[in-house]
Amino acid sequence: MTELSKSGAAVGGPTTASPSTAFLEVRDLKVHFPTDDGLVKSVDGLSFKLEKGKTLGIVGESGSGKSVTSLGIMGLHTAGQYGKRKAQISGEIWLDGTELLSADPDHVRKLRGRHMAMIFQDPLSALHPYYTIGQQIVEAYRIHHNVDKKTARRRAVEMLDRVGIPQPDKRVDSYPHEFSGGMRQRAMIAMSLVNNPELLIADEPTTALDVTVQAQILDLIRDLQKEFGSAVVIITHDLGVVAELADDILVMYGGRCVERGPAEKVFYEPRHPYTWGLLGSMPRLDREQQERLIPVKGSPPSLINVPSGCAFNPRCPYADVPKDNATRTVRPELTEVGSRHWAACHMSQEQRERIWTEEIAPKL
Amino acid sequence: MLAYLIRRLFAAAVMLVVIILVVFGIFFLVPKWAGVDIATSFVGKQADPAAVEAVRVKLGLNDPIYAQVWEFFKGIFAGRTYAAGGDVTHCAAPCFGYSFRTEQAIWPVLTDRFPVTLGLALGAAVLWLIFGVAAGVLSALKRGSLWDRGAMVIALSGVSLPIYFTGMIALSVFAFSLKWFDAEYVPLSENFGSWFGGMILPWITLAFLYAAMYARITRATMLEILGEDYIRTARAKGLREQTVIGKHAMRSTMTPILTMLGMDLGALIGGAVLTESTFNLPGLGREVLTAIKTQDLPIILGVVLITSLAVLIANLVVDILYAVIDPRVRLA
Repeated sequence: MTELSKSGAAVGGPTTASPSTAFLEVRDLKVHFPTDDGLVKSVDGLSFKLEKGKTLGIVGESGSGKSVTSLGIMGLHTAGQYGKRKAQISGEIWLDGTELLSADPDHVRKLRGRHMAMIFQDPLSALHPYYTIGQQIVEAYRIHHNVDKKTARRRAVEMLDRVGIPQPDKRVDSYPHEFSGGMRQRAMIAMSLVNNPELLIADEPTTALDVTVQAQILDLIRDLQKEFGSAVVIITHDLGVVAELADDILVMYGGRCVERGPAEKVFYEPRHPYTWGLLGSMPRLDREQQERLIPVKGSPPSLINVPSGCAFNPRCPYADVPKDNATRTVRPELTEVGSRHWAACHMSQEQRERIWTEEIAPKL
Repeated sequence: MLAYLIRRLFAAAVMLVVIILVVFGIFFLVPKWAGVDIATSFVGKQADPAAVEAVRVKLGLNDPIYAQVWEFFKGIFAGRTYAAGGDVTHCAAPCFGYSFRTEQAIWPVLTDRFPVTLGLALGAAVLWLIFGVAAGVLSALKRGSLWDRGAMVIALSGVSLPIYFTGMIALSVFAFSLKWFDAEYVPLSENFGSWFGGMILPWITLAFLYAAMYARITRATMLEILGEDYIRTARAKGLREQTVIGKHAMRSTMTPILTMLGMDLGALIGGAVLTESTFNLPGLGREVLTAIKTQDLPIILGVVLITSLAVLIANLVVDILYAVIDPRVRLA
């Protein structure tokens, strides 16, 4: 990693803040897209840290900015945006001592695939239909390793074997359409991990798969993480997935973080009404009896005209609990509600604790 | 892949037989049902009824339909003999009959005209592929730029301006005023340089029209492909942008272009009527135009068959290339 840090230093870090000591640190990330209808603030001030060997789960509903965040870290908003109005990105993304947003794009390109890799949601559309699985893995390996095709092919077979594809030396020559959905996702994972990346971003890795295969894929990601010691960001709208994998959980709503903390805290002592809503709408098999699932009423906020004050206020059943009307005028900032646990809500700690223990938790 | 190939070849052979039957039907049976007498149109309206009857016998027009179809079919593959009393003519295979106007055998006429049209079509195709696809890709990559808008305006004019207009302008400016090129057609077998010089303007004129269409389709396809997930994956691997475009995106962009190319080439080889007429090239298109004016049925029939054959072959080649490019096609 010294090589990475050195070349990172050569292209110049940020001028304002101090370099990050965490393996991955995102500071005040904003990703805005200019459109004809106005500025879409997909991500509007997001910060988090992640160490190697740890897993961060980013949860939130569609349009909350999860995927935009991950593509932002990978630098894929700026690569190859032909003629479209460019995404406006600000903030800092530190990966192992290098600030990525101010770095030379070609340097970031070399990090992509090598030091940070991504697993996409739908492996059928994310794999090129005209190339064999082997060709695609070999290509991913050879961009970053100066080896001949034979060596790279051996590596591809080894990776396919590692992710549990039967007869890898035969299937390496198959095309994506000849694989089943679960196999394709395994192949996708093999391709992402072929260079032993230190950071793995999994963007809804199991959404396109059926439940049994989901569990296998999650096990696979966990095993591989243990083996390679990578940092993993797992993006999902499925709390069950993060419950399985994540050390920390970050809940996003309307492009901002509303709650962040260790997984068990967020699950057992959540301090934001939106998190309560997510938990209430999650089906659970570990409880005897369950009445109806409780949906979060309303629809996600417009990212062009974000509601003033707390973005969640139009849907929040407790919007009127704080008496000062602050929910509708002042945007709440993240405040510490426990050790390494933050939430952004206008209600007082005591109010939230009481509502959670008395009203929400018993119904779950 | 082999199974796919055999299936395609078989389908093409069946198609060829069907085409021959349909064409025969259109040209010999439909006039009969419509009450137009082919023998009269051959001999002339004020002819002696005995002469008309002799022709009718010789062409076999009195035979039952299935016999006529069979004779026609046989003629193409094995040759046929026309006989009326003592007047016997043997027509060697492939026999498409004789011109009603010049009494020449059709096949030599076709083989004489065909290379002219083929040269025109292939040369133009090379030009329009290079310029059309390049312009389309550049426009897609620079979407919304001055280049993109300019190229698309030119492409629109290319699509809308007819060949006889652009051809005339090209001729009057480059051949007659500037005298850069000859307006004279010289067969390839006589002199390569003169042939090439004479073909430049027809090539450019024809290619302009098609390059415009290809630029538009390339741009649209490329823009669509650039939004595909697997392009994002390619970038996520850390590939250079030129590899992402040149390899991953281009390969997918090729498929619709190839489909168009097959159809266009096939159709053009059957006769680029307007281009050949404008530039006075003795190709199939001009030949068929004359034949239609003089109601020379056998010539029209021959050209139609050649055209169908060309479209068939072009499509066969495209189907095979398609399977080479897109592995999913091999299953179909």
